[in-house]
Amino acid sequence: MSVKGSSEKTNIRYFFPKDPAKGGAKFSFIRKKKDAIEEVPVAENKLKKWRTGESSKGYARTKFHSEKIKAREKVFEKVAEKSARAELLCAEEEGTLEGEKTYQITQNDIRGSADEATQQKIFDLRLNQFGPYRLDYTRNGRHLLIGGAKGHVAAFDWQTKGLHCEINVMETVADVKWLHQETMFAVAQKKNVFIYDNQGIELHCLKHLDSALRLEFLPYHFLLVSAGAKGYLSYLDVSVGQEVSGICTKQGRLDILTVNPQSAIVHLGHPNGIVSLWTPNMKEPAAKILCHASCLRDVAVDVSGNYMATSGMDRRLKIFDLRTYKELSRFQYNKRQCPGKLDFSQKGILAVSRENVVELYKDMTNQAYRPEKPYLYHRCDKLVQDIMFCPYEDVLGIGHGWGFSSIVVPGAGEPNFDALEANPFQSKAQRKQTEVRMLLDKFLKPSKIDFTPRHKMKGGSKAGKVEQRKKGVQEQHLRAAVRDIVRTKQKEGRLNKSNSWRAGLPEGVSSLQRLKKKSA
Amino acid sequence: MATVTKKKNFKLKVLSRNPEDYRRETKLDIHKAPQNPEAYLHPFTLGREYQRALNATKLERVFAKPFLCGLEGHRDSIQALAKFPSRLAHVLSAASDGEVKLWDLSTKKCVSSVVAHDGLVHSLCAHRSGQFFLSTGQDANIKFWSCSEEGVIGSEPVRTILNKHVYQGIDHHEKEDIFVTCGQSLDVWAGDRSQPFQSYKWGLDSMHYVKFNRVEGLGLPLIRGSLEKPVVHEIFRGLYTYDIRNLRVASNKYEDHIGAVMDVDYAPTGKEFVTAGYDRCVRIFNIAEGHSRDVYTTKRMQRVNHILWSMDNKYILSGSDEMNVRLWKAKASEKLGVMKPREKTAFNTIETLKKTFKDHPEIKRIARHRHLPKLIYTQKKQIREQKDAQKRKESNRRFHSKPGAVPFVAERTKQVVDVKE
Repeated sequence: MSVKGSSEKTNIRYFFPKDPAKGGAKFSFIRKKKDAIEEVPVAENKLKKWRTGESSKGYARTKFHSEKIKAREKVFEKVAEKSARAELLCAEEEGTLEGEKTYQITQNDIRGSADEATQQKIFDLRLNQFGPYRLDYTRNGRHLLIGGAKGHVAAFDWQTKGLHCEINVMETVADVKWLHQETMFAVAQKKNVFIYDNQGIELHCLKHLDSALRLEFLPYHFLLVSAGAKGYLSYLDVSVGQEVSGICTKQGRLDILTVNPQSAIVHLGHPNGIVSLWTPNMKEPAAKILCHASCLRDVAVDVSGNYMATSGMDRRLKIFDLRTYKELSRFQYNKRQCPGKLDFSQKGILAVSRENVVELYKDMTNQAYRPEKPYLYHRCDKLVQDIMFCPYEDVLGIGHGWGFSSIVVPGAGEPNFDALEANPFQSKAQRKQTEVRMLLDKFLKPSKIDFTPRHKMKGGSKAGKVEQRKKGVQEQHLRAAVRDIVRTKQKEGRLNKSNSWRAGLPEGVSSLQRLKKKSA
Repeated sequence: MATVTKKKNFKLKVLSRNPEDYRRETKLDIHKAPQNPEAYLHPFTLGREYQRALNATKLERVFAKPFLCGLEGHRDSIQALAKFPSRLAHVLSAASDGEVKLWDLSTKKCVSSVVAHDGLVHSLCAHRSGQFFLSTGQDANIKFWSCSEEGVIGSEPVRTILNKHVYQGIDHHEKEDIFVTCGQSLDVWAGDRSQPFQSYKWGLDSMHYVKFNRVEGLGLPLIRGSLEKPVVHEIFRGLYTYDIRNLRVASNKYEDHIGAVMDVDYAPTGKEFVTAGYDRCVRIFNIAEGHSRDVYTTKRMQRVNHILWSMDNKYILSGSDEMNVRLWKAKASEKLGVMKPREKTAFNTIETLKKTFKDHPEIKRIARHRHLPKLIYTQKKQIREQKDAQKRKESNRRFHSKPGAVPFVAERTKQVVDVKE
C-alpha cells in the first residue's frame, strides 16, 4: 500500500490540527550547520614531541580488530594534538644562564643580578652544633625538612621561612623523609624509625625498621622504603601501617638508596661497586649492575627514569642507560678529587658533590656532550653530606657539616607544574582533598611495581638462537629426569600399596589367618 | 690595596613565580589548577587510571539503586502502558478492570482516571500532539479520549467506534491522521470514518501487537510478536531482532531471560532496549550485545507484562501482574537531578575510564555481578548446563560422522523455518 501520492493524501481529513503551535509535529530532520571555529592544524614538529610511538603498519588480521586499532590510534593522535595545543597554556619559562665561563659565576653574582624573590632563595642556615645535615623537600617543593646527625630535626616552609617545628630527638639521625604530604615525616634514628607530624609530635615508632640508614618514600604506593645497617630492606605501607615486604639483601650495610621515580624500583648501592635493583615482590634483586671496580659513593636516577648516575671511590662518575643497562659515559676525576653525592634535577642538571664543593653539570645524559668544565660551581664551608634539587624551583639544597645552604641553579626546575600532581601553591582545603584523592588512587597491590627489562634479546641473532636451543636442551634433560623420578616413585607406591596389608600382619602368622572367623 | 673585581658578563633568567598568578582571586572562584601534560610529571598513569576505574566500578555497584517508586492505585493487573511522545511527565496505564489512569511522573501521582471499557483494556496509544489517546478493550470498542495539558482525561470518550470483534493492539501514526488496529485482522483506519480504510488478513492466526514503522512514513505497519509469546521463547529462549528487509537471518539474538518476553521498548536513542519478562524481571539490553547489561527485580514484583522507556532516556516504567506500575532508573547508578558542569565532566571522565578498562578481569567481575532471585539464578545455571550438553552432543556427533553431515548452523538462523514472499 502506498499512500504517499498526493491525490490520496488529499482524501484524508484531519480532525486535529497539524499546526506546530497547537501541538503538531515540531521537529525537522534538517540539522543546522554549527558555526564552528576553524582550527589551525598543529605543526608536525610540535606534534612529534607528544607522540608516544609510531603508528602500527600492518594492523590486525581481521577487519574488526584493524578498525579497533585504527580507532585507538586516532585517539592517541588526538591526545598528542591536544597536548601540543595545551603547550600554549604552560606560560612559565625555564631559567637560563648565558655567558662565557658560567662556572665562574658565584651565588653572589646571581644574587646581585636577580630579582628580589630569587634573592630570598639564596640563604645559609648556620647550624654548626648538630651537623652534618640531611635534607628533604616535599613533592611540591614548598617545604623543607632537615635533620642533623646529632639529633636536630626541623621542618619549615622554606619559601616564606615559616617554621613548622624544630625538635631534638636526642638520638643519632641517619635520614629524614617527608611522607606523602607536609603533614608528616619519618626520621631514621639510632635504633628505630619514628614518624612525626609537622608539629613535631611523635606519632609512631616503627620498631621493626631496625637501624635504618636511608629512607625513601613512594608516593603513589604509599610505601616507606628503608634500608638498614644490617642489610635489611623493608617496604612499609604507611596508609595502613603494614609491612608489605621485608627483604634480607645479604649485601651488608645499605647506605645508598635511590628510587626510580617512573617505575618505583629501588636502587641499592653496595661497597663492591654493584648497584642492585629491587622490587617488593621479589626476594632476590631484579637486576645487578657492576658499575665500579671499587666502593660506590652514590647513585642517582633522573626524572625520566631512563638514566642512572653513579659515583665511586675510583674517582669515576658514570652514566648508565637503564633501558639497556649499558654504560653511556664515564668521567674520571683528578687525583684527590672524588665525586660523592649525586642528584638529578627535573630538567636534567646533575649535581655532584666532592668534599665541600658542589659541581653542576648540564646534559650529562647526552652521550655526545662531554663537558670540560661544570655549568656551575659552589663551595660550601664544610663537607657536603646531602644534596637535593627542589622540585619546581631553580634551587639546590645542600646539607653540610655546618648546616644547610640553598643555592640558585638557573634552569634546574620544571617551570610549569601540574596542580593535579603537585601544587606548590595549594591551600589547606586543597591539600586535604589531594590527600583523599591520593589515597583513593593508591595502588592496592604493590606487586604492580614490576620489573620488566625493556631491552629485549634479539630473536633473529645467532647468539639468541643458540641460547634458546641450549635452554630447550636443558629443559628436555630436566623433564626427562623429573619423569624418571616420578615413574620410580609411582612404581614404589604401587608396590607399597599392594604389599601394605602384609605390613599389618605379625611375624610368623600365616596369611591364611585372615580368612579365619574373628572370635568374640 | 684595592681589590680588583673582574666584571663578569652573563645573562640570567631564574624561575620566579608570582603567587598571585596561581591563587584564586576571590573566595567565590574555584581554585586554579594549571596542568602540564609532560609525561615525566605523571608516572604510573596506566596503573593509576586502572585503580580509578576499579574504584569507580565498585562505587557504581554501591550506588546501583534503580528502583525509584511504585505507582499505586490500580485495582487489577496492568494490561497496557503508553507514553506521550511529546510530553515527558505523563504516562498512561490501563488495568484489567477497564480503568485507565494518567500519571504525572514528576509528582509520582495519578492525575486522573477513567473507566474506559467493560472488561479488559487491551491496548493504549497516545497521539504525538498529546491532546488525545486511543484505547481498545474487551468490549470490542475503539475509544478516543481527550486529555488536557494538565493531564485531565475527559469523562466521556470523544469518539467511539463499535466493532464486531475485539482488537488486541492499536497504534496511531506520528504525523498523519491514520491509526492501525490488530486482532483477527489488521485494519487501517483514517479520518473519522467508522469503517477501516484497509483490512488485511493472513491465515487464521490472530495478531497481538501492531506498530507503525517510524522511518517508512506511510509504509506498512510492522507487526511484532504476532505468535503466542510463551511458546516462542520456551523453544528458542531468546529475543531476536530482524532487519525487515531480510527476514531470513536475525540481526541479533538476545539471551538471558529464562521465561517469555512479554514486552519490549526501545530507548529513544535506539541503542538500547528494555524487556518485560515472564520470569518477574526487567532486563536492559544493548542492541549490539547478546546479553543484558542490567537486570531489575524486586521481591514483590510478579510477572511483568508491559514496559516503557521514557522519552528522556532516563526512566523505565514496568507494569506487572500485581497491580503496580514501577518507576526505575534506566541507568541503575546514575545520579539524578541537576549536575554542575565540573561534576558532569568528572562523571564523563570516569565513564571513559570504565570503558577503557572494562575487560580487565577484576573490573569485569565486579561490573557484571548481580544479586538475582534464587529461581532465576538456579534456572539460568540449569539452562547453561543444558546448552553446554547440547553443544557437546552436537560436536561429538560432528566428530563421529562424515565431514559435512552435521553442519554448523548459526544461532541467528536456527529459529527461521521459512520466509514467504
